[in-house]
Amino acid sequence: MEPNIFKYVWHHSRGEQLIILMLVIVSLPFYYFSLNLPKDIVNEGIQGQGFDGPGATQPFLQLDLPFSEDLFGETVQLFGGLDLAQADMLLALSFSFLGLVIVNGLFKFVINTRKGRMGERLLRRLRYELSDRILRFPLPHIRRVKPSEMATMIKDEVEPLGGFIGDAFATPLFLGGQALTALIFIIVQSVWLGLVAAGIVLFQAFLIPRLRRRILVLGRERQLTARMLAGRIGELIDGAVEVHANDTSNYERADLTARLGRIFKIRYEIYQRKFFVKFLNNLLAQITPFLFYLGGGLLAITGHLDIGALVAVIAAYKDLPAPIKELINWDQQRLDVQIKYEQVIDQFQPPNLIDPGRQAPENDPGPPLEGDIIASALTLLDENEIPLLRSVSFTAASKQHIAIVGQSGSGMEQLSLLLAGLLEPSSGSLRIGGKDIDSLPAATTGRRLSYVGQNAYHFTGSLRANLLYGLKHLPVADADPEEAASAADIAESRRAGNPVMDIKADWIDYRAAGASGQEDINARLIEIMDAVDLVADAYRFGLTGTIDPLAKPEVAEGILAARAAIIERLATSGNEDLVVRFAADSYNMNASLAENLLFGTPREADFESEVLATNPTVAAVLKEAGLTDDFVAMGVTIAKTMVEIFADLPPGHPFFEQFSFISDDDLPEFRTIVTRVENLGTKALDAAACQLLLGLPFKYVEARHRLGLVDETMAERLLDARRRLAERLQRESPDAVEFYRADAYNAAASLQDNILFGRLAYGQAKAEETIGQTLSEVLDDLGLRQTVIEVGLDYNVGIGGGRLSAAQRQKLAIARALVKQPDILIVNEAASVLDRSSQVRLIERILEMRRGRGVIWTLQRPELASRFETILVMGDGRLVEQGSYQDLNESGTTFRDLVAAE
Amino acid sequence: MSIDQEVDILRRIPIFSQIDPAKLKLMAFASERLTYKSGQTLFNQGEMGDAAYIVLEGTADIVIDSADGPLRVAQLSENEIIGEIAILCDIPRTATVVAANELTTLKITKDLFFRMIMDFPEMGVEVMRVLAHRLEQTTNQLRVARAAG
Repeated sequence: MEPNIFKYVWHHSRGEQLIILMLVIVSLPFYYFSLNLPKDIVNEGIQGQGFDGPGATQPFLQLDLPFSEDLFGETVQLFGGLDLAQADMLLALSFSFLGLVIVNGLFKFVINTRKGRMGERLLRRLRYELSDRILRFPLPHIRRVKPSEMATMIKDEVEPLGGFIGDAFATPLFLGGQALTALIFIIVQSVWLGLVAAGIVLFQAFLIPRLRRRILVLGRERQLTARMLAGRIGELIDGAVEVHANDTSNYERADLTARLGRIFKIRYEIYQRKFFVKFLNNLLAQITPFLFYLGGGLLAITGHLDIGALVAVIAAYKDLPAPIKELINWDQQRLDVQIKYEQVIDQFQPPNLIDPGRQAPENDPGPPLEGDIIASALTLLDENEIPLLRSVSFTAASKQHIAIVGQSGSGMEQLSLLLAGLLEPSSGSLRIGGKDIDSLPAATTGRRLSYVGQNAYHFTGSLRANLLYGLKHLPVADADPEEAASAADIAESRRAGNPVMDIKADWIDYRAAGASGQEDINARLIEIMDAVDLVADAYRFGLTGTIDPLAKPEVAEGILAARAAIIERLATSGNEDLVVRFAADSYNMNASLAENLLFGTPREADFESEVLATNPTVAAVLKEAGLTDDFVAMGVTIAKTMVEIFADLPPGHPFFEQFSFISDDDLPEFRTIVTRVENLGTKALDAAACQLLLGLPFKYVEARHRLGLVDETMAERLLDARRRLAERLQRESPDAVEFYRADAYNAAASLQDNILFGRLAYGQAKAEETIGQTLSEVLDDLGLRQTVIEVGLDYNVGIGGGRLSAAQRQKLAIARALVKQPDILIVNEAASVLDRSSQVRLIERILEMRRGRGVIWTLQRPELASRFETILVMGDGRLVEQGSYQDLNESGTTFRDLVAAE
Repeated sequence: MSIDQEVDILRRIPIFSQIDPAKLKLMAFASERLTYKSGQTLFNQGEMGDAAYIVLEGTADIVIDSADGPLRVAQLSENEIIGEIAILCDIPRTATVVAANELTTLKITKDLFFRMIMDFPEMGVEVMRVLAHRLEQTTNQLRVARAAG
């Protein structure tokens, strides 16, 4: 990248800079006039200079050709002006002044917005270029950088650059021009005063930067230490397990303290120096007016200077320090920004940056990679020149199924990375079908080959998005016109040097996945998920997922059909008592009290069952139904029971979380309340205690907790409250709760809840299995299984796939690699967390699926290699054996030893 | 049936009889009450056991596999405990238990049982006392049997 920020800025914004410079130059004469006018107003308008008598007039706006006297020997008048009397003159001059103020303001406005826009554009370009470089970092380098430091640089550290870019050229010109104009104006009025002002300005310009030099050095240190702090905090988060497991939190605290201390010291020193400079600056700025008052006053007294001129000089001087100060600031900023820029750029220029041409969107993946894989003398050194692979040579047909086995550290992993084109060999070559893999563009290696590593990453988003990730190489169809990026947006992207590919477009290469479009891609995904045993997981995700019935009316309809079917099926098998359905006129003993009260699913957060006790609408309904005291009484019973049975358990005991209504932290408070009630009765409680008790019954499920709080009478009264709440909600906030209705799909509830439309009965033996089984049968009968799985595809996998189990993550990664139907599938110990039998099943299914197409699999369990046609045995970075299972499964081979060692 | 009634039943079972009611209440509260339909199996002979069951209502048949097919050896009803041996020592179930009619039980899981003993050692002492009694009884019976034989 361009090492000099000025050159970088100039190169990318020449046109815009020139327009702004023009505007600045054009604005200067107006600025000069606005300085001159006060003099005319005082001298002519107020003091009446040149007006000989009451009736006298003077020309206004008389315009002479500049320098005409020198050129032609006589004044050439362009415009004779309007003859005005004194009062009119004052009026005219004052309004001209107002006009000029407005014109100057408008100039500033236009110039500043243009500068801002230009700065933002360049900032966008710079950020893009830096991020683009991250996408081109070679993998060995990327493993060494700290993600949080990189993010801070792109996000925060280049930010001030944006502000400066707009000012890079325009500010020195504008402020310099302004200062010079003011100075010239003063000199024109009085040479001596002008010289004094100029002298002080020059002194300032000489002294201040020198004082600030140390501040700059400190600023650089501040930036580095802050960046390192960000990196350390990132490390603390990534290494949280190690910190806790080793009890090193205090060591880390000490480290943080030391770093913060250093940052504090640096920052404090900056402050000290900064404010000293400020003090000096102010002093110098104030000395000048002192000299003006004194010197100018004397000149005026002696008649060498008229009062109007003195007033104007002082007014002009008031405008002088500001631009000068800003100019000095600008100069400091220039140095500062240049340093920042260099420092940032430096971090983004690793050796062996991937050539942009290899990732260019117009690259063609070319014909399928067929023929032999020929490795000759492949050698790979790490950054310390230690060999990881030593002269590995072999030939194998690319359509074969190849297993790579060896001990860990034998070079298996590196070999698979080289085969995937993700690492470059230090020497030697690797050719597939006669093509050197190093010379192939990413379009070929990334589409014709699939690589799955052990810790494959999953992006935040749905299961579907992660499965389709391997197909998103280029936009294949324009986005919906309503959603697509507008022409103006695209033009703006272009101006900032960003690519113009639309993220809203359809990026999914359906054909590569063997589908024709959106309609049949799901079927294809399910097929592949089936091969890796992920369908059952997706089915479960689907049952807990929700859908928008307006967007998918056919699904909602199907689910309602299942709701009717499951009750029938349960009845025929004599299991209808396993689900207690919701009914508007009966209390459901298997649902919580909160649920019974709402009789629906909350759509707004303040109707969630945890906060229902503090919800004003609910409170009002309880009061109206006369239930408030009963709730408090129920709360007392619950609190008593909890205090009684949890009393002897140590705080933090897992029973609290599993069973208690009251957390171990709150237990002492409730104990106090219970004692008070026992001694003095419920009446003795204050409002806060009542509120606490009131909150307890909402989570209470009669069938589960069995405290006998809800008997038939109470159930009737709660049903009354349910009706009152429904009425009130209808009136006050009709969108807060989606009510249960036997004939309607509930958008806020999961598919499973919609089908069951009730709660599993507590205490029925094997209820869950029976219901799960029946549900599955009903969905199969109605042909809804696929629909449920498709809903499961929308399941959000969480950050880095955090909402999936380790096994699910590995299966998903393999599925993603299969979706794009690569010529060669490279799997690097990517099923390692699965148990042996699942691994065998997975390998056999995938090999079956990829019959006649290449597979290279580094195996953790060498005995599984019998299912592959060729086996490469690695040892200490070398290829020690190559052959079929029959060839190698003989006594004395390294392969035998590896299998035996298992 | 409320939790207090469950506690009453628990107290009638020898190994729990001397234990503080508050602890029994905790045990009842943390346990699941399970209802079996007539003919439903609680567990099968030979399975590893993970819970003991206390009969709250109904009766259960204890069935063992014999050469002539399943053989009912006993019937347990209210206030009796089933399968406690399997949770005290890791041996497979020695019999199959089937609900003879509608059967309501309290399922005390092995985890819960051991947690309780760990947290309240006096409960462990009680269990030991009951087991020692049983051992003494068995030894006596053995002695009587030997003397007779």
